[in-house]
Amino acid sequence: MEIIISNSSGVPIYEQIKEQIKAKIIANELKTNELLPSIRTLAKDLRCSVITTKNAYEELVKEGYVKTIPSKGFYVASINKEIILEEQLNQIEGFLNQAIVLAKRNQIPKKAINEMITILYEEE
Amino acid sequence: MENILEVKNLSKTYDNFALKDVSFNLPKGMIMGFIGENGAGKTTTIKAILNIIQNYSGDIEIFGLNNRKEDGRIKENIGVVLDDMFFPEILTPNDINSIMKSSYKNWDEKRFYTYLKDFALPTNKQIKTFSKGMRKKLEIATALSHYPKLLLLDEPTAGLDPIARAEVIDLFQNFIENEECAILLSSHITTDLEHIADYITFINNGSILLSKTKDELLDHYGIVKCTEKEFKTIHKKDYIRYRKTKYAYEVLVEDKKEFKKKYPVEVVDKITLDDLMVLMIKGEEA
Repeated sequence: MEIIISNSSGVPIYEQIKEQIKAKIIANELKTNELLPSIRTLAKDLRCSVITTKNAYEELVKEGYVKTIPSKGFYVASINKEIILEEQLNQIEGFLNQAIVLAKRNQIPKKAINEMITILYEEE
Repeated sequence: MENILEVKNLSKTYDNFALKDVSFNLPKGMIMGFIGENGAGKTTTIKAILNIIQNYSGDIEIFGLNNRKEDGRIKENIGVVLDDMFFPEILTPNDINSIMKSSYKNWDEKRFYTYLKDFALPTNKQIKTFSKGMRKKLEIATALSHYPKLLLLDEPTAGLDPIARAEVIDLFQNFIENEECAILLSSHITTDLEHIADYITFINNGSILLSKTKDELLDHYGIVKCTEKEFKTIHKKDYIRYRKTKYAYEVLVEDKKEFKKKYPVEVVDKITLDDLMVLMIKGEEA
């Protein structure tokens, strides 16, 4: 498994770990029921603190991507496609919101934004 | 979470220096970075934990045992690296092996010689021929070879080059993979701590300024850089310290995200432990 940590990005390290493991689960690179490295091993191999890896795993558990089996370890949970979709939609909404705020601030009409989205979507 | 080390209200007065009411806890399986200026009280605290200074007040519990009453039982399970080398210079690593074998029940000769080999240290040369870095490595090898549960390390990486430091840090992280163990590590090389420490305890002028998880510090604290006019708009309760430099104000804030929401300042940087130390010590209080 590859995890790339940046110490200068300003994004907290636990978040970087969380997001990268999450992406691997969504992409099915990490399969359901696969055992993840222990908190301590991961900390050692990433040269970061145990609390950091623990936070990352706890958040993944909270979000339903990872399940924990006491005294055994952390496993990839069987993820619900709908939940993932919903989260992605939330993210998209967030980005669009930012775009709209920017548009309104500069008096750019709704029509221009709609057109832009149509063009970009079809280009992809 | 169980603590391996609890320091409660430790005080000790010298003619020109005093430790004042030092308290902190080190939980199992964790690495605590112990930072502060030279002379802030790090070494005195470590020596009190080891019960090698007299007449201090307060209570220190290690593995749940009182350090004064159970000195022998505790020492068997502690590994130590002190800032000043404690071996006589005429000894060789072979001599140290013999001495340690008779002092520690759990001394593992094989392990000790493996460390010496890994560190490329000669086994039969007197310590006085060793460089500073070699001495440190020898001390670290000695501290780790009797399966201690608590490592007390005072500047263990001082005098080591970056490669050796990385080796040593790996050793410490291997050590802590056993979650029954813990490390208290004082260092001026704060980048080492920024990587591996779980907790940071900051001592200044004999008192503890803060003791928190490292992530809490580095992810939340921030430095705001702003003009005098902007600085004047910041409420006193929204910052911890500030410092006026020639061209700008540097302001230490506890939660950079919250701060950004509240004030329209341009630059809110993430913080390093070095920044934190300088601003806490040199900065003016809010």
